[in-house]
Amino acid sequence: MIDRRDHKDRGRREQFLAGLAEPDLAVEPPEPASDLLVGEEPTGAADKPHSLWTDAWWQMRRRPMFWISTALIIIFAVMAVWPSLFTSLDPRYCLLAESRQPPGRQHWFGTDIQGCDVYARTVYGARSSILVGVFATLGVTVIGSFVGLVSGYFGHWLDVLLSRLGEIFFAIPTLLGGIVILYSFPSKPDTPYFVVVGKVVLAITLLAWPSIARLMRGSVLQVMPNEYVVAAQGLGASSARVIVSHVLPNAMAGVIAVATINLGVYIALEATLSFLGIGLQEPAISWGIAISAASKMGYITSAPHMLLFPSLFLSLTVLAFIMLGEVARDALDPKLR
Amino acid sequence: MTKYIVRRLLQMIPVIIGATFILFVLVFALPGEPWQGRCGERPCPPAYVDAFKKEYNLDKPLLIQYGIYLGRLLRGDLGTNFYNNRVIDELAVRYPTTVTLALIAIAFAIVIGITAGLVAGINRGSFLDTLVTVSTLVVISVPVFVIGGLAQWSILKLKLTDIIPVTATQGTIGQLILPGLVLGSLSVAYVARLTRTNLVENLRADYVRTARAKGLSKSRVIGLHTLRNSLIPVITFIGYEIGSLMGGAIVTERIFNINGIGGFIFRSIEQRDGVSVVGAVTVLVLVYLVVNLIVDVLYGVLDPRISHD
Repeated sequence: MIDRRDHKDRGRREQFLAGLAEPDLAVEPPEPASDLLVGEEPTGAADKPHSLWTDAWWQMRRRPMFWISTALIIIFAVMAVWPSLFTSLDPRYCLLAESRQPPGRQHWFGTDIQGCDVYARTVYGARSSILVGVFATLGVTVIGSFVGLVSGYFGHWLDVLLSRLGEIFFAIPTLLGGIVILYSFPSKPDTPYFVVVGKVVLAITLLAWPSIARLMRGSVLQVMPNEYVVAAQGLGASSARVIVSHVLPNAMAGVIAVATINLGVYIALEATLSFLGIGLQEPAISWGIAISAASKMGYITSAPHMLLFPSLFLSLTVLAFIMLGEVARDALDPKLR
Repeated sequence: MTKYIVRRLLQMIPVIIGATFILFVLVFALPGEPWQGRCGERPCPPAYVDAFKKEYNLDKPLLIQYGIYLGRLLRGDLGTNFYNNRVIDELAVRYPTTVTLALIAIAFAIVIGITAGLVAGINRGSFLDTLVTVSTLVVISVPVFVIGGLAQWSILKLKLTDIIPVTATQGTIGQLILPGLVLGSLSVAYVARLTRTNLVENLRADYVRTARAKGLSKSRVIGLHTLRNSLIPVITFIGYEIGSLMGGAIVTERIFNINGIGGFIFRSIEQRDGVSVVGAVTVLVLVYLVVNLIVDVLYGVLDPRISHD
C-alpha cells in the first residue's frame, strides 16, 4: 500500500481513496481481531498458515455491505448478459401513440417520449454500462499494473521515464480528456455497437491508467526489499519469474480493491459522457442517454418516471461496485486490522 | 522553501507541455481527418479542408505544427469558431459565471463538508457518524446529473420555483445557489470523509494524548491541536477541487441551462463546433494544472514537513 501520509506527491485520487478507506465503519463489531481468532481456531492450528486472501475473505463475509453489494452486482451482471430473462418486451418496439405514459400494469416503469417501454429499456441498458465498466477496468488495471510493475521493479531511467509519462496523463482530468477524445472520433448511427463501446473504453483506459500505475509502483517498492524476493533473485531466478511468482501476488491486493471502486467510477463516467451526448450514441441503449433525454425541462414534471428509473438503476450499480471495493479494501489492508 | 517552490515550478513545465501535446495529437495529428464533423452533418467542402490544413499547418512536420499551436496558445489564440467569433472572447464573457458557480460549490463543501466530517469524527461510532459515512457513500455513488435532475424534480414537485429557481439562464447569484449545491455535492462528500478520516487518525496521535494528559479541555484539545493538523489535507483537497469543479461544471451547467464555460462546451458539442470544444477544454485543463500548482506551493507553506526533502 502506498503510505497515505506521503505528503510529497499526494494526488487527488489518492486523497479521494484515503477518504474512501474507512477503517471503522460503525456496522463493524468493535473487536474484529479477537472475533476472527475465535472463528478460526478450530481449523487454524493444523492447517497451513492463512494467506492474506483467506484472512480478507473471513473479514469480508461478516460485513453486510459485502453481501448487499455482491447481490446487486450479480443481478446487474445477469441483466447485462441475459436481459430477456427480466422482460419479454422488446426495448426497440415503440408506439408513438403510447408516448410518455405513467407507470402502470402494461408498462411497469411507464413509457418514454417515443412510446418505448422504460422498464425494457432500463433492463437492456445494463449491458452498455457493465461492458464499459468491465472492459475499461480491465484495460486500466492491466496497463497500469504492467507499467507500475516495470517501473517499480527495474527502477532507474525506466522508472523516471514511465513516472513522468504517467504524470502527464494524470494531469488531464478524465472527463475533459474523454470529451476531447470522443469528440475527435465521433460515432455515427451506423457505427457497430461494439465499436461505439470500444471507443469509450479506450478513451477511459488511455486517461486513467496512471492512477493504478502509481499504486502498483508503490506496492512493488514495498515488496521488493523482502527476503523472499531477494532470495529468489539470489538463486538466479529470471526477472520475469521473480515478478510473476513473488512480487505480483504480494503487490496486487491494493490494486484489486481500487480497481473494483474504479469499475463503479467508470460506469458513472460513461453515463456522464453519454449524458453529454458524446459517449455512447443512439441506437445504443444506455442509462446515460435515457437520463439525458428525460432531463429536458418539460419532461421532468410531465414524465418523471423517465428520469427516475434509469437514474435508480445507474446509481445502484455504481454504489454496488464502490461499496464492494471499499469492503475489499478494508479487508485487504493489513494496517487497518 | 524557495528551493521547493522552484522545483515544483520546474516539474510543472514538462507536465504542461506534455498535456497540451497529448491534446494536440489527439485532435489534429492522429490518422484520420481532423476536420471531419466540423462542417455539421455533411462532408466538408475541399475549400474548407484546405483552409483548415493551412490554419493548423497540417502540411508541416508534427513537432513544428505543435510548436506553432503552443505559441498561439500562449498568446491566448484559440482560433475562431463557426460564427467567426474568437473562442477566447466567448470564454472571457462566460468565465465569471463558471467561477461564481465553482466558488458557491466550494463554499458548500467547506461549510457542510467540514462540519459533517467534524461531527462524525468526534462522535466516532455513533449514529451521526454512521449517518455521515453512509450518506456520503451514497452521494459519491450517485452521478451528478442524477442529483441535478432529482433536485429539479423535487423543487418543481414542491412548487418552490419562486424561491429556488431551477434554471439559471441569467446566472445571478440567487439562481446559481441550487446548481452550486448540486455541483458541490460530490466535494461535500469527499471533504466530509477526508475531514473525518484525518481527525480520527490524528486523535490517536501522541501529541493529542499529551495534550489530554496535561488536562486541557476537550474543546481545546480538538480545536487547537487536532483540528489544525487535520485540516491541512482538507484545505489542499479543496484547493484542487476549485480546478476540477470548473471542468465538472459542464454537466451542471447543461442541466440548469447556465451560460458558462460548461454550457458553452455542451452547446458546442451539440453544434459540432470543434474549435470551440477543444479550445475551451484546453483552457480548463490549463486552469486545473495552474490551480494544482498554486495549491502544491501553498501546501508547502502550510505543512513545512514536505519542503524538507
